[in-house]
Amino acid sequence: MTPAPITLVEGRGIALQGHDIDTDRIIPARFLKSISFAGLGNHVFADDRAATGGCHPFDRPEHQGARMLVVNRNFGCGSSREHAPQALRRWGITAVIGESFAEIFASNCLALGMPCLRGEAGAIGEIQQLIQEQPGVDFCLPLATSTLHGLDRHWPLMMESGPQTMLLSGCWDATGLLLSHGDELRRTALRLPYFHNFASTR
Amino acid sequence: MGLMLPWTWFFLGYGIIPLSTGTLYDKVWELHRVAELPGGQTQLFIGLHLIHEVTSPQAFAMLKEQSLRVRHPERTVATVDHIVPTTDQGRPLADPLAEAMLSALEKNCADHGLRLYGFDSGRQGIVHVIAPELGLSQPGMTIACGDSHTSTHGAFGAIAFGIGTTQVRDVLASQSLALDKLKVRRISIHGSLAPGVFAKDVALHVIRRLGVKSGVGYAYEFSGSCVAAMAMEERMTLCNMAIEAGARCGYVNPDQVCFDYLRHRPCAPSGAAWRRAVTWWRSLASDGDAVYDDQVTMDAGEIAPTVTWGITPAQAMAVDEIIPAPNQLPPGERPLAQEAYRYMDLQPGEPIAGTPVDVCFIGSCTNGRLSDLRDAALVVKGRQVADGMKAFVVPGSQQVAWAAEEEGLDAVFAQAGFEWRRPGCSMCLAMNPDRLEGRQLSASSSNRNFKGRQGSASGRTLLMSPAMVAAAAISGVVTDVRTLLGNAEDTRTGPVE
Repeated sequence: MTPAPITLVEGRGIALQGHDIDTDRIIPARFLKSISFAGLGNHVFADDRAATGGCHPFDRPEHQGARMLVVNRNFGCGSSREHAPQALRRWGITAVIGESFAEIFASNCLALGMPCLRGEAGAIGEIQQLIQEQPGVDFCLPLATSTLHGLDRHWPLMMESGPQTMLLSGCWDATGLLLSHGDELRRTALRLPYFHNFASTR
Repeated sequence: MGLMLPWTWFFLGYGIIPLSTGTLYDKVWELHRVAELPGGQTQLFIGLHLIHEVTSPQAFAMLKEQSLRVRHPERTVATVDHIVPTTDQGRPLADPLAEAMLSALEKNCADHGLRLYGFDSGRQGIVHVIAPELGLSQPGMTIACGDSHTSTHGAFGAIAFGIGTTQVRDVLASQSLALDKLKVRRISIHGSLAPGVFAKDVALHVIRRLGVKSGVGYAYEFSGSCVAAMAMEERMTLCNMAIEAGARCGYVNPDQVCFDYLRHRPCAPSGAAWRRAVTWWRSLASDGDAVYDDQVTMDAGEIAPTVTWGITPAQAMAVDEIIPAPNQLPPGERPLAQEAYRYMDLQPGEPIAGTPVDVCFIGSCTNGRLSDLRDAALVVKGRQVADGMKAFVVPGSQQVAWAAEEEGLDAVFAQAGFEWRRPGCSMCLAMNPDRLEGRQLSASSSNRNFKGRQGSASGRTLLMSPAMVAAAAISGVVTDVRTLLGNAEDTRTGPVE
């Protein structure tokens, strides 16, 4: 199965303010009691949404159908649960833009073909403000330039070259690529002493 | 290295591209490098893959969908920990969802020929407790698991890190992962810990000092005389919490303490292979002239028993301090502090000591090992838990439980009014029946005080060492454990009689 290249993300934005929003908040652990990811989209931010009585951005009617989630610092910290990006994806999010991301969260997003792009705090603040004031604005994000366009404005964003290349070339779903290096995998295993239980005749 | 000028470190520390050389991380990375991938990522060979019931079933489903097999079944080891009840572990499990997850793991392991340490193995327990016990976690390995606390195994001088479910599929299918190389920050902790101060306090102190995102993009190497003097179980506690500082992996260079722990473990090499292994392991430790991307030094003597007051592990304080006011914090941290005061219902300027506690939990991959239970039992022995307190101990594994029972620790806890449970992750993340109710406040030896983490959307968590949890259980309020320890010379080792 070869995934398709991802070159462009388009759609309305949804802003979620706050630093250090962890994956337990994105999807509380009780929703992980399943052997599939089905249905997770309904429970994204379940506890935060219940606590805000319908005022949470993910509940607001003007944000339904939004595609780009705009967050602040260290988003997705904590648990490695892929259920977090899966829940965001199944709600409808196709790209996340923020000041910074926790590492495992970002790599889980990449594995789903969901780009995470970083921006300066000032730029993120502007984008979040624009979304709050004019939730109907359509954004456009070509991954080749990592620049967000909306309402005749432009915000330069950042992405590491590895994830960027993988998304643009359609090899973000890495399994096929990893398996294509069968000889290299065998050679690597052979040079690891523990792979042969430290046998002397290597 | 000592000759390097400060400005050199400035450039090294703030660069985008990792510049470290000669560290254990660099050596292990090079040895496991399979190929360079388009865009600059590295395909890295994974020496040991650990799986559990929560993050693996979807990975097996993806394998099936794509008609892939497990490339090295002998390199993946499974156990069940997250969803297991800690009271009645009879099958079928009372919770049908938990039973379905356990059954799926059993079927997947049987279908693919994977080792599974289930309830009847005598070796079941939290994945990060059993792999070291078995001698599976060894120096120089790359270790991956669909759980962020995989950093624990770095205590052995392994490069160990958490992954998501799609990456679990990649490891199953190819025994490798596509990864970006991390930078290396050496955290040198010098001096010795005062009585009543434990590895957990060191971990919370490091996170408090450096923050929860300082480690993003870094591997943390823990060194210095304080770390060298730590037993393996203490090093595991320290590396376990590296992820709470944002560092996907943390490690300690392998030394004689590490080798002595591993010797005679069921899965450790033996005989002539043991001698060859030790020689290889020694060669992997960071060189004396290794270059780091960044270095930080801390004084162990400054560390006091530490407690979190907020909703991230960095919102921590010495137990004898007062809760910081916003103006004592950097401007960027103030909004989160305001959110924390509200959520925790704690006031800046007030002491944390004396805060009433509802539930006391001793356990988890951070602090559910034998030495943790001994430390707590030393505080509990001959005392009674406060009226109305719910207090329970969840050993990290069946081996921990039996060793503790052999020493009579179960009786020490039971006589004091603690419940003695069966092994599992339990109330660290509350995927089983152990959870907070409503706005209950817990004193917990686990690793995360996030909003809602312990099973109630409004539940509150104070992280601390197992001995501090024991002190809170006895007093009914947050208590400086040093006031209960008397003049004990060394409170960190040795069985309770």
